[in-house]
Amino acid sequence: MKKLVEKHPLAIRWFHWVNFPVLMLLIWSGLWIYWANDIYRIGWGNTTLYKFFPQSFYDMVHLDHKLAQGMAWHFLLMWVFFINGLLYVGYTLFSGEWRYLLPNRHSFREAWQVTLHDLGLRKTAPLVQKYNGAQRIAYTAVVLMGLGSLLTGLAIYKPTQFGWLTQTLGGYEAARVQHFVLTIGYVLFFVVHVAQVGRAGWNNFRSMVAGFEIEDVPAAGAASPRLAQREPDTKA
Amino acid sequence: MAQEPTPAPDKIIPPHVSPDGEDLRLPPGSPLDQEATRRTRRSFIGLGLAGLAGVLGWRYLLNQPDADGTPAPFRRVLDANGRLSAAYFRETRLAPEFAKSRGVREVRTNGRAGLTSDIDLAAWRMVVQPYGGGAAQQFTLADIKALPRVEMTTQLKCIEGWSIIVNWAGTRFADFLAKYPLASRSGQPIRDVANPPADLAPYVSLVTPDEEYYVGLDMHSAIHPQTLLCYEINGQPLSLEHGAPLRLVTPLKYGIKHLKRIGTIAFVDARPADYWAEQGYDWDAGH
Repeated sequence: MKKLVEKHPLAIRWFHWVNFPVLMLLIWSGLWIYWANDIYRIGWGNTTLYKFFPQSFYDMVHLDHKLAQGMAWHFLLMWVFFINGLLYVGYTLFSGEWRYLLPNRHSFREAWQVTLHDLGLRKTAPLVQKYNGAQRIAYTAVVLMGLGSLLTGLAIYKPTQFGWLTQTLGGYEAARVQHFVLTIGYVLFFVVHVAQVGRAGWNNFRSMVAGFEIEDVPAAGAASPRLAQREPDTKA
Repeated sequence: MAQEPTPAPDKIIPPHVSPDGEDLRLPPGSPLDQEATRRTRRSFIGLGLAGLAGVLGWRYLLNQPDADGTPAPFRRVLDANGRLSAAYFRETRLAPEFAKSRGVREVRTNGRAGLTSDIDLAAWRMVVQPYGGGAAQQFTLADIKALPRVEMTTQLKCIEGWSIIVNWAGTRFADFLAKYPLASRSGQPIRDVANPPADLAPYVSLVTPDEEYYVGLDMHSAIHPQTLLCYEINGQPLSLEHGAPLRLVTPLKYGIKHLKRIGTIAFVDARPADYWAEQGYDWDAGH
């Protein structure tokens, strides 16, 4: 029997869709700032495998000479990112949603099974609650990355007033590198996330907008493969 | 509940198929289908309107009249951030200092605004306008060098994002004001940076002799123990390109505030003009 099962609470959907454009604009303005001292690369010695960023990239998206504008955008949007992130974490803690998000002792094995399944090397996906192990790890990691961006950002924004933080992170230059690497991390997260959402299909995507998912719940007694396994406290 | 139709499996692609091939179609026209359609439509229209409001709101902010090279709402946020960091500021928090050996030999320079006019170093004087009026006073480099000499090796951070460790020597701005009480209305000297006179000027303005480059500082940063009237780099007198004969050094601010070749210093009530702040940068630019 098919049912509409509540999946994402309204608050989480709002936090998600506010965060998306804000993080995009933070990355964009961050690129304007980074352009003014674009020294990072992947390589060793005189060998450079990849320079952040090639001139062709700058030319393509017109990133040059926007340092002041980039800082003005960045230092406004950082507040939105911070407040939205704080509300999100607070909400997941108080609503109990954290139970679906934090990795547990099964998550790493499950994440491996999910990976094999998604690569077509395993027939069945593991039975999971709201999120599978790979999702739990990824979504918890990206929240920690958000915290990391706030802290490394603060360390390069106010390196004297928050000198203890800057020194803990290894100094001003190190904190700047970390802030940059985390940004690259978001881009990689975004690529995988969008690919997985595309793969998971409409029913799953819609649940992040409308909140519900259609489930085929077997007749009374039998266990549902996915959402119906969730504890009743989420039927809000 | 309506009976589900049973389509020929090969012909119809289920619209809501799960990744594992589960058929998640709802019986068309059923109450459940209607509910799903209604909630879906409502939510997507809501998200679309929110997105539209976001785009229009952001464009509205960007299209506000400029305040010093950046749209006014962004300027207000920069200034609010500046007030917040001023409230958090403590003169006891010091920028890290390094071993002298870690200083760079070749100190990078960036921009020549204020340094392009001719200068007669022998005739140079630092002109200081006291807070609350009164005759401007003139100081020679010897006057400055007669004050306690302070040496420090700190990180110069450029607003562009690079930094270098530099060995500086000069006199504390606070020591200058301890000897010459020009920054308080009642003419009291600064004896203790933590407890300055109550009628201290809130701002300091520094301008090059040709008035081509100018910066403003908040008084708390100006009298911080690491804010120097600097006359030496790496034990050598400043070269012209580094701001001879006297420049400002403060690891409390980005490099843009380290005005080279000081001409006039004034103590004022209103936030002084600032070369880069007029071009869209944060006025505070503080660390």
